[in-house]
Amino acid sequence: MSEPTRSAPILAAEDVHVEFEARRGGGRARAVDGVNLDIAPGEIVALVGESGCGKTTLARTLLGLEKPTSGRVLHRGTPLAYTSKALKAFRRDVQLVLQDPSGSLNPRHTVYDAVAEGLRIHGDVPNERERVADALSRAGLRPPERFFLRFPHELSGGQRQRVVIAGALVLDPNVIVADEPVASLDASVRGEILALMLRLRDELGLAALVVTHDLGLAWNIADRVAVMYLGRIVETGPVEKILTAPEHPYTQALLSVLPDAPGSPVVLQGEPPDPTRIPSGCRFHLRCPVLASGAAAAAGVDGACRGADLGVLAGGTATQVACHYALAVTDPAAAARP
Amino acid sequence: MNALVWARRRRTVARFWSQFRQNKAGVFGLVVLALFVLTALLAPVITADNALSVTRPPGSPLEGPSADFPLGTDRSGRSMIDMIIWGSRVSLTVGFWATFISITFGTLFGILAGHFGGWPSMVLMRVTDWFLVMPSLVLGVVLAAVMGRSLTTIIVAIGVTSWPTTARLVRAQTLAVEARPYIERAKALGGGHLHVMSNHVMPNVMPIVLAQTTLMVGTAILVESTFAFLGLGDPTTASWGATIQAARDVGAVSSRMWWYILPPGIAIVLVVLAFTLVGRAIEGVLNPKLRERR
Repeated sequence: MSEPTRSAPILAAEDVHVEFEARRGGGRARAVDGVNLDIAPGEIVALVGESGCGKTTLARTLLGLEKPTSGRVLHRGTPLAYTSKALKAFRRDVQLVLQDPSGSLNPRHTVYDAVAEGLRIHGDVPNERERVADALSRAGLRPPERFFLRFPHELSGGQRQRVVIAGALVLDPNVIVADEPVASLDASVRGEILALMLRLRDELGLAALVVTHDLGLAWNIADRVAVMYLGRIVETGPVEKILTAPEHPYTQALLSVLPDAPGSPVVLQGEPPDPTRIPSGCRFHLRCPVLASGAAAAAGVDGACRGADLGVLAGGTATQVACHYALAVTDPAAAARP
Repeated sequence: MNALVWARRRRTVARFWSQFRQNKAGVFGLVVLALFVLTALLAPVITADNALSVTRPPGSPLEGPSADFPLGTDRSGRSMIDMIIWGSRVSLTVGFWATFISITFGTLFGILAGHFGGWPSMVLMRVTDWFLVMPSLVLGVVLAAVMGRSLTTIIVAIGVTSWPTTARLVRAQTLAVEARPYIERAKALGGGHLHVMSNHVMPNVMPIVLAQTTLMVGTAILVESTFAFLGLGDPTTASWGATIQAARDVGAVSSRMWWYILPPGIAIVLVVLAFTLVGRAIEGVLNPKLRERR
C-alpha cells in the first residue's frame, strides 16, 4: 500500500492466494492467485469477473470462511486470526449476503428466527425483539411485526433477500460482502434491492463488496470496480474510469457484450480458463484479442505477453491495469523495463 | 408473540394430521397401536392378581377356549388372554428402549459424521460398518452368555446392531442439509459447529428420524420375539415369543392346540404391522414424493 488512500481500509486482502486440491486429474487449482484489495469505510467495491474466475472464493476468504493458502486478510489493519473466538468477533463486523435468498434461509425457521439467529449466536438476548424489528424495517420490510412468523416459502424472492439483508444488518456490521445479491431476482426487484444497499451505505456508512458478473450492476452501485480474471485482479479503479475507458482487453471484451455498448461485441476465443493450468506470461494472453490482432506485436510487447508475468496489482484506490500492452501504450518507459 | 408461535405450531400439527388421516392404512395402524399401548398400560387393572402365577393359576393346564378362558389356557393353566395382555408390555418395552438406543446413537453418529467430514467421518463410518455387519442373533447369544438372560440383554443386543442403519440414513441427510446455503450463512453469522448442528441440521434430520423410529420399533419387537423363541429371553417374563416357545415345547402344533400358538403370533404380526403402517404413513406425509407413488 504505497500510494495514499483516503482513509484506512476496513477490510483488505494482502497478496491472498487460495489453492484447492483438484479432484481428478491431479494438480492444484489456484482459485485466487495473488490479490490485493482494499475496502474503505462507506465504499462500495464491485468485484467483476466471469464464472470460475475466483471471485466467490475471494469473497469467502475475505469473510474468513476460507483460509488463504498464503497472504492475509486484514480487518481494520489487524490480520485475521482463524481461531473460532476471533472469527466470531470479526463476524459481528463483516456480514454476508448470498446469491440465492431461497436457499440461504432455513425453510424451517420463521423470519423472526432467521433474523434473530445472529443475535442469538452472539448472545445479545436483551431487546432482541426490537432489534429484529428494527433490522427488518431498515431492510424495507414494514411493518416488521407482520413478517415475524412468516416462513420463507410464504415470501416473494425480493422479500426473502430483504430478510437475508436484515439478518446481516441485525448485528450492526460495517461491511457487507454480497455474492451476486440480485442475480436470482427479477428486474423490478433488483432495482429495489440495489436502492436499499445504496441507502444503507448513505445512512449507516456501510461498506460493501459486491461480487457480480454483471457490469451493469457494478455501474449502478459501485464506487470502485475490480475486474478479476483467473484468480487475479487485472484492472481496478473508479467505476466511471473502468467502465467508460477500460484499458485491459478483458474488461473491454466484457463491456463490448453489454446490450447498449457501442461497436461490435468482442467474443473471446480460445479455451476457457482453467485454474489448475494458469498460462505463463500474461494469464489472459491465450484469449487476448489485442495479441491475436497483432496490435501487441506492433507495440513490441508480444514477447512479454507470452512470457513475462505481470505483478500483482497493489491495493488502494488508484487506477491500475495488469496488461503489457496497456502499460506500453500509456507509459512506454514501463514497457522497456524487463 | 408466544401465543402466535403456539397457534402456528397447532396449525402445523393440524396440517400434519389431516394429511396423515388420508392414509387409511396409517390410521388403522395408529388405532391398533393405541389399543396395544392402552392394554399394556392397563394390564395390572384388567387382569386378575394371579394371572401370571404358575403355582396358583386360574385354570387347569391346556384347556381349550371356553366362556371362562376365551383363548384357552397355557401349560401352567394361565389364561392365554392374560398372557397376551402381559406380553404386550414386554414387547412395547423392548421395542421402545431398543429403538431409543438405536435412534440416539444413530442420530448422534450420523450428524457428527456428516457435519465434520474428513477423517473423523471416515473413522465413524468404519465403526458403523463394523456394527452393520454384526449379526444381532449371534451378538444376542454372546451377550446372553455374558450378561445373563434378561430383557436388558435383548435391548442392548437389538440397540447395538440396529443403530448403524439410522446412522447411515442420518449422515446422508446431514450431508444434503450441509450443502445448503443457509449453513454458509449461519457460519458467516458466527455460528459454530454446535449451532449449525443443533439449529439447522437437527430440525431437518428429525422427520427422517421420526419415520425411522416407528419402523424400527416394529423390527425390534420382531427380534425380541425371535430371541425369546430361541430361549434367549428372560424366562420369568411372559413375552409373546416365550409363549410361542412354550407352545412348541408342549407340541401345540401336533396336538392342534391352535389357541396356544396362534394368538401370540397374531399379536406379534399386528403390532409390527401397526408400527410399519404408521411409519410408512409418517414417511409419506413428510416426503411428498412417496405420497404420489402409493
